[in-house]
Amino acid sequence: MSTPLLHVNHLEKYYQKTHILHDVNFELNTGEVLTLLGPSGSGKSTLLRCLNGLEAYQQGSITFDGQAVTQKPKQWQQLRQQIGMVFQSYDLFPNRNVLENILLGPLKVQKRTRAAVLPEVQQLLEQVGMADYANAYPRQLSGGQKQRIAIVRALALKPKLMLFDEVTASLDPEMVRDVLNIIRQLADSHAMTMLVVTHEMDFAKQISDQVLFLADGRIREQTPGKQFFEQPQTERAQNFLASMDF
Amino acid sequence: MSSWAIIQQSLPLFQKGFFITLKLAALGILGAIVVGSICSLIQYFKLPLLNPLVTIYTEIARNTPLLIQLFFLYYAFPQLGLRLTASQCGIVGLIFLGGSYMAAGFTGGFEGISSSQLEAGQAIGLSRWQLARYVVLPQGLALSVPALAANIIFLIKETSIFTVIAIPELTNTALDLIGMYYHTNEYLVVLVVAYAIILIPLSLILTYLERRVRYGTFGN
Ligand SMILES: Nc1ncnc2c1ncn2[C@@H]1O[C@H](COP(=O)(O)OP(=O)(O)O)[C@@H](O)[C@H]1O
Ligand SMILES: [Mg+2]
Repeated sequence: MSTPLLHVNHLEKYYQKTHILHDVNFELNTGEVLTLLGPSGSGKSTLLRCLNGLEAYQQGSITFDGQAVTQKPKQWQQLRQQIGMVFQSYDLFPNRNVLENILLGPLKVQKRTRAAVLPEVQQLLEQVGMADYANAYPRQLSGGQKQRIAIVRALALKPKLMLFDEVTASLDPEMVRDVLNIIRQLADSHAMTMLVVTHEMDFAKQISDQVLFLADGRIREQTPGKQFFEQPQTERAQNFLASMDF
Repeated sequence: MSSWAIIQQSLPLFQKGFFITLKLAALGILGAIVVGSICSLIQYFKLPLLNPLVTIYTEIARNTPLLIQLFFLYYAFPQLGLRLTASQCGIVGLIFLGGSYMAAGFTGGFEGISSSQLEAGQAIGLSRWQLARYVVLPQGLALSVPALAANIIFLIKETSIFTVIAIPELTNTALDLIGMYYHTNEYLVVLVVAYAIILIPLSLILTYLERRVRYGTFGN
């Protein structure tokens, strides 16, 4: 058994005096998909943000790829190239076209050459069905298209881990499927290690290797595979699934 | 003599004043933009030592009248051994005042960038400096254009105060002529028209630029 790619150990997170995450523990192996479920306000986004340094945590430890996370800004800057994150609000840079959005990280952060990166980016754009949009500006794209570009922008850095925070939550229903398919494809054909927060239960059930159910900042259930969806143990989880029409 | 003849006779003098106003305003505004952008970057990066100095400067510059600043430059500084011509005093005064307003304008723009844009930049591994270069500057400058435009108009109007140190710009020209010939109404009409000729087209151009930059940067 190899060591896990990500190991979160007794993590505690406060916003000022408010205790947000309580004793969060889990491991994620390379190639696995972990879905993080829970009602709104349970701390899912906060946990994800702690995993790439957008929020500091106060106690506990994170080990990523054998490296102890020190929370120093310089180290986070390094680690973020290996831990991609995609947000609900896409947040493409509005003043840069699609290609410039995607190339910024590989060229400026990783100092790779344009010639080396371009074929990879082209391929990624094709994979997400956006090959014709390299020169488009974000304002010319629909929400679903922007989100696909945001995913490519993160993937272009060749991360070892991807964090997805409700990436379909602000999309029109017909666009949700496209974006979910891309994530599914990443899991299936690329064996990308992923931590996914989603309210799409069918999708979650399909892709999960592991489920964490979070409520009030505590992990209430931690189960492998599809077990969570078939036999939720706690009443909170049962209510949650019922509220999701699942 | 008819009013029209009075006005016509004064036009050559007003024309001189017009170009002096334009020249001093242009130099002062350019300098103010340079000073303001440097100050605002110092504030953005919270550079030690310099940051408190900038705060002191902007507070003094924004909270004292240009009139008094000019008196200092024109009457007090020569006693300290720094002698400037009236025009130089005017330009320096405008830069001193305008730099603080421009700094506030830029800073407002930088602060107007949404935190999610900054996080998106961080998430792809940009360093603090790269974040400033690729996210904060382009978007912040675009956001500060409306404030800069307002400051430009404001500073052009402030040049009328140069009259107190006898710079022969537009207002000074008018006051001089009134003092000599007492055709108050005629000269004031010319004065107002002259400022309007500068300010109205400029203000239209700036509004157009604001829209262009806004669309080019943010797409709305
Ligand atoms: N910046 C913040 N400052 C203070 N409290 C916050 C902040 N962000 C989130 N919270 C609180 O932390 C809790 C968890 O929020 P969040 O992680 O966004 O939940 P979820 O993503 O599961 O909906 C909520 O109670 C929320 O109000
Ligand atoms: Mg959330």
